[in-house]
Amino acid sequence: MNINYNQNEKVLCIEITEEIDHHAADKIRRKVDNEITRYMPRKTVFDFSRVTFMDSAGIGMIIGRYKMMKLIGGSLEIENVNESSKKILEMSGILKIIPISELKMA
Amino acid sequence: MKSIYDNEMKLEFLSKSNNEAFARITVAAFVSQLDPTIEELADIKTAVSEAVTNCIIHGYEDCEGVVKIIGRIFANTIEIEISDTGRGIENVDLARKPLYTTKANLERSGMGFTIMESFMDEVEIESVLGLGTKIKMKKMIKKIPIEEDSLELMSLGGI
Ligand SMILES: Nc1ncnc2c1ncn2[C@@H]1O[C@H](COP(=O)(O)OP(=O)(O)O)[C@@H](O)[C@H]1O
Ligand SMILES: [Mg+2]
Repeated sequence: MNINYNQNEKVLCIEITEEIDHHAADKIRRKVDNEITRYMPRKTVFDFSRVTFMDSAGIGMIIGRYKMMKLIGGSLEIENVNESSKKILEMSGILKIIPISELKMA
Repeated sequence: MKSIYDNEMKLEFLSKSNNEAFARITVAAFVSQLDPTIEELADIKTAVSEAVTNCIIHGYEDCEGVVKIIGRIFANTIEIEISDTGRGIENVDLARKPLYTTKANLERSGMGFTIMESFMDEVEIESVLGLGTKIKMKKMIKKIPIEEDSLELMSLGGI
């Protein structure tokens, strides 16, 4: 996981570099919550360009962070979502509340 | 003993969350002999990950147990059985419902069974309270038909 905070724009960017299952989601959640409380960003962006696998644990993890950002008056976005992760996000219905951008094939 | 299946495998491991990746990668390696598409393989990996995670967090909760996987191949169909000997499911019909979860406090989404059902052709749940749960899933790997002229090319040594 790579974390980058843009102070001027108050945007927290989190590049997830592991497969998102229940095991990884627990770790991502703890780390990201720490960063959000530390910076109180206006927006948190998950960069999914290196996410090669995600199951329903990812849905719970994303909804949890979405709620947290809402609580502090901010927003959440997901960038570079691949085909299979998108299928899972779609099924969960969270695309109605969280904006995403799709991964462009190189 | 001769198996009625074309191939079979059995896998047992402790209910530790870092075995979730091990389980889905191992099953994917077993399935790869059917030459699935990338999408079919991703679907199977996700379904396995869901079932194995359920054994670990719901079946065994905080205690440790053994998760068992049996994989069987028959023609171009993969059959996967994933079981635990944990607490069991009280109401299977309810558990299958989208968004139903008994562990919302752990940020579970209740989408596990919904994902298994939409990514696999068949999902059966057998569960007895206090004895455990067994999920049996099947998926047919659809072979892409080879075009006539590419067959000809192959016989000419073109490919
Ligand atoms: N192996 C299992 N042992 C006991 N209960 C289970 C098992 N698998 C699923 N369940 C029950 O079924 C519910 C729904 O499962 P699922 O759709 O995967 O959602 P989630 O895992 O997010 O709760 C779980 O919350 C749990 O109560
Ligand atoms: Mg589940």
